[in-house]
Amino acid sequence: MNAPAKPKLKVATTSLAGCFGCHMSFLDIDERILELMKLVEFDRSPITDIKHCGPCDIGIIEGGLCNAENVHVLREFRANCKILIAMGACAVNGGLPAQRNHLSLPLILEEVYHAQHGLVDGFIPNDPELPLPLDKVHPIHEVVKVDYFIPGCPPSGDAIWKVLTDLLAGREPELGHGLIHYD
Amino acid sequence: MSQDKSFTLDGKTVPYQEGQTIIQAAMAAGHYIPHLCFNPEFKPHGSCKLCTVKANGRQTASCTQQAQPGMVVESDINELNDERRVLLQMLFVEGNHFCPSCEKSGNCQLQATAYELDMMSPHFDQFFPDRPVDASHAEYLLDFNRCILCSLCVRASRDVDGKNVFALSGRGIKSHLIVNAKSGHLADTDFSGSDKAAHVCPVGVILKKRVGFSVPIGQRTFDAQPISATPHPKVKGA
Repeated sequence: MNAPAKPKLKVATTSLAGCFGCHMSFLDIDERILELMKLVEFDRSPITDIKHCGPCDIGIIEGGLCNAENVHVLREFRANCKILIAMGACAVNGGLPAQRNHLSLPLILEEVYHAQHGLVDGFIPNDPELPLPLDKVHPIHEVVKVDYFIPGCPPSGDAIWKVLTDLLAGREPELGHGLIHYD
Repeated sequence: MSQDKSFTLDGKTVPYQEGQTIIQAAMAAGHYIPHLCFNPEFKPHGSCKLCTVKANGRQTASCTQQAQPGMVVESDINELNDERRVLLQMLFVEGNHFCPSCEKSGNCQLQATAYELDMMSPHFDQFFPDRPVDASHAEYLLDFNRCILCSLCVRASRDVDGKNVFALSGRGIKSHLIVNAKSGHLADTDFSGSDKAAHVCPVGVILKKRVGFSVPIGQRTFDAQPISATPHPKVKGA
């Protein structure tokens, strides 16, 4: 008699204040994604287009927090995922979006939407559907507990693969020289 | 007697010469002890504490502690590496270390030491300080966002160049690097690219202009091998 098939682990991914570069890098695992699909199924992710995250084993967050919606999505992931991973520089330390942090938010909005040369009748968008920007951009571990971090801008497909396969095998993820990168 | 002039570092015998500190003898023998403010070409400063080891069971900075016969030194142990990682994390959150846009990335001792010690996250909340860049000088720029207060530029300018271009000012968390000019700008000093101070910054503060990214990220010193396997070029036997 065959043993029952091992249930697949559920994985959710999202990009907050990021550029989707880390997700592109994730796809750089190339044909290994077929191997991965034997072990996991995707819940909310740009790959599935599912809009809300259900109970999952692993949640992977790209990007930091630059607006209120980012914080809501992050909390939804943390509430639903047993293991939460920060993927890439922006999730880990704020990254590129956090380079605005030494400027005041009103000044930035004014410059981008109103004052800049060439803007005719520019105004700061105020549609209630738009999530409110945060005063500063924050890495995700400043708001929720994060279990594992994959630094890099972006982390290589090999680094993401190493962390995922370590976790799936029940090992403590370890990157080591060549895979750990902040740039 | 000369046989007595040795100590053990993580169980390995390390010979030393009279007057050498633990890290000087260890480096000369090809061993790596993590460090940032220490540079074998300069008098030790003893400020970053990355090089802290246990000598005969007591913690001490290996850059200032002289080697003693028969000393039992521990360095590569979890207790110390955990503390070193916390020191690194504090340095990272205290400044603005945005590696992807830094010309020093891949050649940076702070970054390479963090790789060496498996620093996966900054752990603490980021300070995101506001530290304007000084681009006043024709050939060099100062990006204070990355300063770790190692004082190597201060020591090089004072002790080698005889110019006193740099100094550390303020105390505690308010310590910061300043430029010795009434305006505070590098352009108003006699700093020059041939100064020793122009070439000792272990991070990306003192950078030559117009040579950015001539070596692509991924092909730089510590991309090829970890810092523990990269001896300082000025150390005998390296």
